[in-house]
Amino acid sequence: MTTPQPIIQIRNVTKKFGQLAAVDDVSLDIMAGEFFVLLGPSGCGKTTLLRMIAGFELPTEGQILIDGQDMVGVPPNKRPVNMVFQSYAVFPHMTVRDNVAYGLKIARTPKDEVRDRVEEALGLVKLDGLGERMPDQLSGGQRQRVALARSLVMRPKVLLLDEPLSALDAKLRAAMQFELAELQDKVGITFVTVTHDQDEALSMASRIAVVNKGLIAQLATPSDLYEYPANRFVADFVGSVNLFEGRLVVDEPEQAVVDCPELGRVFINHGVTGPHEAVVHIALRPEKISLYRHGEAPPAPDAPVGHNMADGVIKGMSYLGDITIYEVLLPSGQMMRVSRPNLSRFDQEDFTWDDRVSMRWHSSSPVVLLA
Amino acid sequence: MFTRQPIAPLEYTRRWSLRAWVALTMFFLYAPLVALMVFSFNDSRRNIVWQGFTTKYYLKVLHNDTLMTALLNSLTIALFATIISLVLGAMAAVMLWRFRFPWKSAIEGTMALPIVVPEICFGVAMLIFFAQIGWPMDLPWPFSLGAITIAHVTFCFPFVTMVVRSRLASFNREQEEAAKDLGASEWQAFRDVLLPHMKPGLVAGALLAFTLSLDDFVITFFTSGPNTITFPVKVYSMVRFSVTPEVNAVSTLLILMTVILTTIALYLQNRMTENSGKGHS
Amino acid sequence: MQDWGTQKRVFAAIATAPILWLFTFFVIPLAVLWAYSFGRNVGLTEIDISGTFANYARAIEPLYIAIFGKSVAVAALTTFICLIVGFPVAIAITFAAPKWKPWLLLGIMLPFWTNLLIRTYALMTVLRGEGYANQSLGWLWNLSSNARVVLGLQPLGAWEPLHLLYNNFAVVLGLVYVHLPFMVLPLYAALDRLDRSLIEASLDLGAGHLRTLLTIVAPLAAPGIISGVVITFIPALGAYLTPDLLGGTDSQMIANVIERQFKRANDWPFGSALSFILMYATFIMIAWQASRERKLKREEA
Repeated sequence: MTTPQPIIQIRNVTKKFGQLAAVDDVSLDIMAGEFFVLLGPSGCGKTTLLRMIAGFELPTEGQILIDGQDMVGVPPNKRPVNMVFQSYAVFPHMTVRDNVAYGLKIARTPKDEVRDRVEEALGLVKLDGLGERMPDQLSGGQRQRVALARSLVMRPKVLLLDEPLSALDAKLRAAMQFELAELQDKVGITFVTVTHDQDEALSMASRIAVVNKGLIAQLATPSDLYEYPANRFVADFVGSVNLFEGRLVVDEPEQAVVDCPELGRVFINHGVTGPHEAVVHIALRPEKISLYRHGEAPPAPDAPVGHNMADGVIKGMSYLGDITIYEVLLPSGQMMRVSRPNLSRFDQEDFTWDDRVSMRWHSSSPVVLLA
Repeated sequence: MFTRQPIAPLEYTRRWSLRAWVALTMFFLYAPLVALMVFSFNDSRRNIVWQGFTTKYYLKVLHNDTLMTALLNSLTIALFATIISLVLGAMAAVMLWRFRFPWKSAIEGTMALPIVVPEICFGVAMLIFFAQIGWPMDLPWPFSLGAITIAHVTFCFPFVTMVVRSRLASFNREQEEAAKDLGASEWQAFRDVLLPHMKPGLVAGALLAFTLSLDDFVITFFTSGPNTITFPVKVYSMVRFSVTPEVNAVSTLLILMTVILTTIALYLQNRMTENSGKGHS
Repeated sequence: MQDWGTQKRVFAAIATAPILWLFTFFVIPLAVLWAYSFGRNVGLTEIDISGTFANYARAIEPLYIAIFGKSVAVAALTTFICLIVGFPVAIAITFAAPKWKPWLLLGIMLPFWTNLLIRTYALMTVLRGEGYANQSLGWLWNLSSNARVVLGLQPLGAWEPLHLLYNNFAVVLGLVYVHLPFMVLPLYAALDRLDRSLIEASLDLGAGHLRTLLTIVAPLAAPGIISGVVITFIPALGAYLTPDLLGGTDSQMIANVIERQFKRANDWPFGSALSFILMYATFIMIAWQASRERKLKREEA
């Protein structure tokens, strides 16, 4: 086993549009064979970053290396990367086959080879037999496959995908997430995808960079991103979360306590190594909270008495089929979201509006955010 | 059996009052033209009461040498004016659509001026201009048509620019980027992606330029030398003095030509817009 | 949109020819025309550009002011009639069944593609003394005359052909005939963009059709109405052929006067001054349209 080599190195790249820095001094390594996702809200600079890798935008400062080679002065048509555009940009006046063959023809590939590789690429994206169709005879999902095949046929070192699933409907999007991951596995090409959809990012990526205001807020695997968010932005952006402000009153190697005026004392089973008495935030995911009828709750499982518990009144419910989300009003006036799986069709513990409830959570559940 | 579908609130066109209005307007627009065409076959010099079918006025027209020369002149001018206008217009359209540059709004505004400046003003400006630079009047054919062609190009190409530019507005820039991403050079991307997209606009622009050139009387009237007569100028001098069946015949021929040209152009344009996709994005 | 500096060579390749052409064959001729308007005739062909305002002074003599006023009045009347006739037609096209729409549009556009001279000529054959209009009216006259006889009344007198040609009526009719498509097409374009649910909402809220038309459709179609008015008014104001062929001695418009200066009267400087006055009038119209459009846009925002 060789250690993975960075296929793309982004070094201190800044891109300014006028005075505004769309990308602000970003450094990033993307490894060969990775499924890398740039995740962020719209306008955060993730698409600009992708377009700089493709060569459609030039960095104001900094350097981009692809496979060890500096890309300064290399135009898009000479870079060993290919892109699947958000609108797919399938050429409307060419057949599917001509679309896929376009890049090979430009590269003056021999006719036989073009034919074979186009067939292979069409097979790869499951478009066999549709080669003679015109793009306006295809569905949205099929057009996307054409765009994929058109790029893959070039055997690029890196495939760039700009919001690849945003134009598809929900069902197709879910199916396509799996298929893209499977396809990436099969062809072994590095994928770099831009998306604003956290579900998409979590399900497909091997690593995710969360981008906010031109900066990388966190770079981590999907599960680390979800379970160990580095700051409030990431905690809030990835998944649903309850955030409470508090003071760090105990901070030892094996335990920490945060005193939140709106939630009570929160006990955490590991140290935080933050400044003493610092103002911090507690992030608590809705699915990591247990809900009981008022007065029927056991004490918190692994915390000192009086910690990791709260009472409230249910003020809102939304039934989503697999889970139900409750909005619980705390005595402090804060709302807290709690989600609960619907384990059976007829739930004995059926809570409803204005029920008084108690909540408990494990000491490993809360995340202390210093930033 | 005669239960008609009730008229929905927004089906204004199914109201008889509006239908009558449209019918009257169409009658107003077409009755004079149809009458003119029908009576070009009337065997009577006073050509008002139907006297019997004849094609003799068409034969007369075909044997009228000055008229035929004028027609040939007009078609030649229109052909050259269309080609040059198409090239200039397409270049200007791409330039205005694609680039930001100093003095852009001034140039853009100037380019729209030939469309709005009254014909008579541009006509006399051309008259003075060619007189001032001493444009030779005795060139051999077809160079004798040069001045008129130049004038026609000047007022036609802004129309081409307008039409092509509005077509360009619907172009998805990602397609051009996709072509470059797949290895195409600037020129290859233009040829393979942008040009096919522009095509319906180019056809429409060419048709517009051709018709405008063929149609123009006022500007030609001022730029034509004594020896270069174009078709509208010739017809004008015929009409000015009398209403004759020959003019009816000539007019009928020209109307037919317009209808045929328009049909071809519309057919081509339809086919192309269907092919190049209405852009389901 | 990209800056020209990023691709200087591409920019130069496509920009040079059109800009050069426009400058040489449009800007310079107009500049020469402008210079001539400050000149005076010396000798038969010599013109001295002396910077005199005499030509403009002459243009505001009552005779020419009257012709200008008349041209504006005729163009305004033409525009107004086109609007009245064209608006219902545009509505009809907008709400026509999809099957009919292209044909109706083609019906409006086909005359526009037809030679102006021929259309004017066609109108002449209809309007002249022994033309179809007079023939039809005469026939109707005789018919009603006969009907009166049948009813036991006095028959009408003999039919006197109306003078439909070579007067102001013919000029306005001709201008309307020629410019109607100019009005209908922008109106249609504006109405077609209109969100139909706005009309439905108005009807739903209890407004009648006429009220909806006046309070919802007309204001929202305002940009189309304005551009229709401007592109009808401008060519009508500068019309040469229609008043020349259909008008009488008293229906000369400004373009005919300009033409006379260049052909028969051979007073190029004065003709140039008149041309520029006509052009300024045109520019004022365009400026008016632009300012209205800006205002409408501001109100929307």
